This record gives sequence, C-alpha cells and structure tokens, in this order.
Amino acid sequence: MNSRSLQTTIVFLVIGGILALALGGFFGTASRQFSSVLVEFQTWVSTRYRGIQDFVTAPRDIISLRARNAKLEADVSQLQAQVIGLQQRVSQTDILAALVDFSRSSPENTYKAAAVIGRDPSPFLHYIIINRGSNSDIRRGMPVVTNQGLVGRVDAVIADAARVQLITDPASVINVHLQNAETDAMLSGSVTGDVSLDMISQDASVEPGDIILTSGLGGGYPSDLIIGQVVTMRTLEFELFQQATVQPAVDFTRLDIVLVITNFRPVDITPLVP
Amino acid sequence: MRNIVAFPLLLLAVILQSAVVSQVKLLSGYADLPLLVLGAWALQDRVKSAWHWAALGCIMLAFVSTMPWLVLVVGYFALVFIAQTLQRRVWQAPLLAMFSVTFIGTLFIHLLSFIVLRILGTPFVFADVIGLITLPSLLLNMLFSIPIYAFMRDLARWVYPSEEYE
Repeated sequence: MNSRSLQTTIVFLVIGGILALALGGFFGTASRQFSSVLVEFQTWVSTRYRGIQDFVTAPRDIISLRARNAKLEADVSQLQAQVIGLQQRVSQTDILAALVDFSRSSPENTYKAAAVIGRDPSPFLHYIIINRGSNSDIRRGMPVVTNQGLVGRVDAVIADAARVQLITDPASVINVHLQNAETDAMLSGSVTGDVSLDMISQDASVEPGDIILTSGLGGGYPSDLIIGQVVTMRTLEFELFQQATVQPAVDFTRLDIVLVITNFRPVDITPLVP
Repeated sequence: MRNIVAFPLLLLAVILQSAVVSQVKLLSGYADLPLLVLGAWALQDRVKSAWHWAALGCIMLAFVSTMPWLVLVVGYFALVFIAQTLQRRVWQAPLLAMFSVTFIGTLFIHLLSFIVLRILGTPFVFADVIGLITLPSLLLNMLFSIPIYAFMRDLARWVYPSEEYE
C-alpha cells in the first residue's frame, strides 16, 4: 500500500467516522442545523425546478386544462340545472303531500289537483288560470282550495284550463261564519288583495284571532271551509254593523298547486230572488 | 305575408303577461305588455297593419281575461288611434311619441276599466285605483316602453323592408 492510498483510506475512515458519529446522534445540534440548511436548499431547488418544468410544459397543459375546464363547466351547469329541477320537484312534492293530507282529512269531498299557470292580465281583477278544465270534470262554480284554506271558485272553463275567481277579487262576496262568535258575516275582496268582513251584527262579540269559515248560505260554497282569521275589529255605535279586517289563511302570492272540489255543485238561487 | 308574425308575437305577449308580468307587481299594479307591443307597433311609420294587430290582441286578451270585451276593444283601438295620430305629429321624436302613447294609453284604459267595472257593480274606490293600480302600472309601462319600442322598430324593419316601403 503506497502512501497515496493510505491517505485516501484515512480520509474515508475519518469521514465515515464523523458520519457514524453524526448518525449516532453525537453531533445533534450541528447535524440538525446542517440538515435544515440542506432541506431548505433542496426545497429551493425543487421549487425552482417545478417552476421551470411548469413553464416548459405549460402550453400542452393549458390546452388540456382548457378542455377539461370546459367539460367541467358543462358538467357543473348540467348539475345546477338538475339541482334546480330537483328542488322544484321537492317543493312540489311538499305541496302535494300537504294537499294529500288535507284531502284525507276531508274525505267527504273529492278533489282534483291543478297547477296555477297564469293570472288575469288586468291588475283590476284577481283571477288565476289553472291547467285543468272540462276534460277533468271541472265545472263552473266549483270551489277551489289549498291545504291552508279557501282560494276561490271556478269562474269559466274550457277543455284543458279554467279561470278561478279569488276571494280577494273586488267583486267577490262570500257568506261566512265566525266560529267563536257564532255569528254570520259577509267577506269581500278589494283592489289591494286584502279581504275584509262586513255585516257583522252589533251584538256579536268578535275578537282578533277568531276563525272565519264559509257558512254555506246562498249555495255558492260548501260550509266550513277555512278562510282566515280576524285581525282587527272596527265597531262604531252609530253604524248598523261591525266591520273587521281579515288575514287570509292562503298566501295568494305563492299559489302553485290548488285543489278543485269536484263533488260540489253550486245552487243557483237566482229564480228565488224577488 | 310577414305580418303573420303578429300571431306568435301577440300570443307570446299575452302568455308572458298572464304568466310572468302579472306576478311582477309594484303595489297592486303591473305592466301591460300587449298595450306596449300594440302602441310601439302602431308608432312605426311603415306599419300598415296596426288595426289588425289590435283586433287580434283584443281577441286573445278577451279569451284569457275577465275584463269585459268592450273595455278591451275600445281601449286597444283607441290606443292605436292615439299612436297613429301622434306618429304623424311627433314623428321626429319617436321615443317621446312612445312615452306619450304609453302615458295616455295606460290612463285611458285604466279609466275605462274603472268606469265599466264600477257600472257592472264592482265596488272600487277611485283613490285606491289611482294610487295602487294606475300610477304603479304607469311607471312600469314607462320603464318597459323603451326596450319594447326598440324591439318593435327592428321588427317593423323586418316586416316592411325599406325597398318594399319605398
């Protein structure tokens, strides 16, 4: 062994010894600092390399990414459309479930469900158009309800559609019964869509919150359909009758599906009117 | 022959009026799309079929609305008459003419509706009708009148091309 290879062997042994000592944990602080510098350096190199790699390979990736992005956007819009459709179905199912519950609670009536497809073009009149007509045995005068209460009655019918006069229509007048006060009154609509009670006897004790039902008088509506609640009373001693404002049970701005009571035929009392 | 476009266009206007516009309320009033379409159409100088359109619009509206047909016929024919009269006199300022037609037409049709419905027994209060229906409807009609006028002007150019017109 010449002096050169002996020198090399010694250098390797010294470095190997230092390495062994470092791995054995004898140079703890020094090795940690050294390794952290190494890690940082490697991180820096790696980051720069990735940056350069991205830059070099970018054109190809942009094309593929754009294609993928377009596909994903198409998927997202399709899914959004599906979500909207499903939300509508859920909403309709909820409404239908409530209507089914309502129809089960009043088994004496037979109902036909119909969707609201329009309103009267004139703001003076409060009518809705439903998508069921004489083909579905809908006839003029049949009452229309929701699970919340009375909506109105059928005013005109064609084969596949019908027009319904709402109880809020200014020309609508209904005979009603105040459940708690045990008295009858007359409910009428207005241009604003509010409904009010009139012709309440001065003797009757009506309180806010009293339930208003159809009385069935006159034969235009069946009895005991819920209309709403009394909100405020107006009693003046010099007037013949009391008046009241009413909160309808039905939200007329959100009418989507209604039920037509098909086993009710209005009674025409015109010949009896003197 | 291109006048046949009146059928789908007025039908669309009536359907939109019934299904969409009538839900976009300001107080108790809403815009009148058929009124705006007929008014804008009658204001186009090259249009010769405004009366036919008015008749068609009346038939379609009478089919959907509970409003007495007398109101529709008198109201929409008067609208066309007003529009054509104004078009001859204010032809250099078409938008001004459109605003005037919308303003006068809305007021006239609402006044007519009020009078006829009152005669038929509907208990309206005049102040309520003015404040809650007519003025909000007038405002909405004015807002919608500009885009509808632009659309109907382009449609009139298509229905009556300039060579044919000249």
